Amino acid sequence: MAKVWFIPAGGTLAAYLSGEIDHHAAQSLRREIDAQIDTHMPELLALDFSGVTFMDSSGVGLILGRGRYISSLGGRLTVQNPPPQICKMLDLARIHYV
Amino acid sequence: MKMLNQVKISFYSRSINEGFARAALAAFLVQADPTVPQLADIKTAVSEAVTNCIVHAYPGAIGLVTLRAALYEGGIVRITVSDKGVGIADVARAMEPLYTTGNPDERAGLGFAVMQSFMDKVRVTSAPGRGTRVTMVKRLDVQDALPAARG
Repeated sequence: MAKVWFIPAGGTLAAYLSGEIDHHAAQSLRREIDAQIDTHMPELLALDFSGVTFMDSSGVGLILGRGRYISSLGGRLTVQNPPPQICKMLDLARIHYV
Repeated sequence: MKMLNQVKISFYSRSINEGFARAALAAFLVQADPTVPQLADIKTAVSEAVTNCIVHAYPGAIGLVTLRAALYEGGIVRITVSDKGVGIADVARAMEPLYTTGNPDERAGLGFAVMQSFMDKVRVTSAPGRGTRVTMVKRLDVQDALPAARG
């Protein structure tokens, strides 16, 4: 079970993800994040993975999909604070993180 | 190579069961005392294989996915994920990184690449109309392998 909560501040929308991100969870996370993007139209979407305990390549699809969406609106995306096992997945997918 | 224990679980190809498959496998593997990173690797690879079945095997329908896990002497874990769905006509192409027949905006096409990266061996057999079977093997770093499984 995955969850996401949001902190909008200025031009940044921070999305704090937690729990297990798989194909099942990614479907609802995608809808929630996109709805918040539509509401706040941020310049920067900061996806924070510090609370994520599991992620398969569905999480990579989630990141890439949100990156494409926010780019289409003129914004950009960062990935931050991934735990070690999630770094392994991000490295495989060549997704940069801080 | 002597098999010490095995389990077989079948479940519907509903996406909610991706988490069930991971949890059930993790519970079975406790007896092998894997390290946290090794268990995470195996759970990730199995999640990819099960997700492939759920997304691709039974288009517009629900079918059965079967997960088998076996423990062998020497800390060898062998996992098979199989379905009786549509099958894959060109397995080599399906295994290419970034190849996906799912929604390219939301699917990364990395499932098989993750399985190959996180496990020691991956073998895929498939026949159109008859289903697909993914077999994965990983050796755990254990000194005295599987004492609990001998009981």
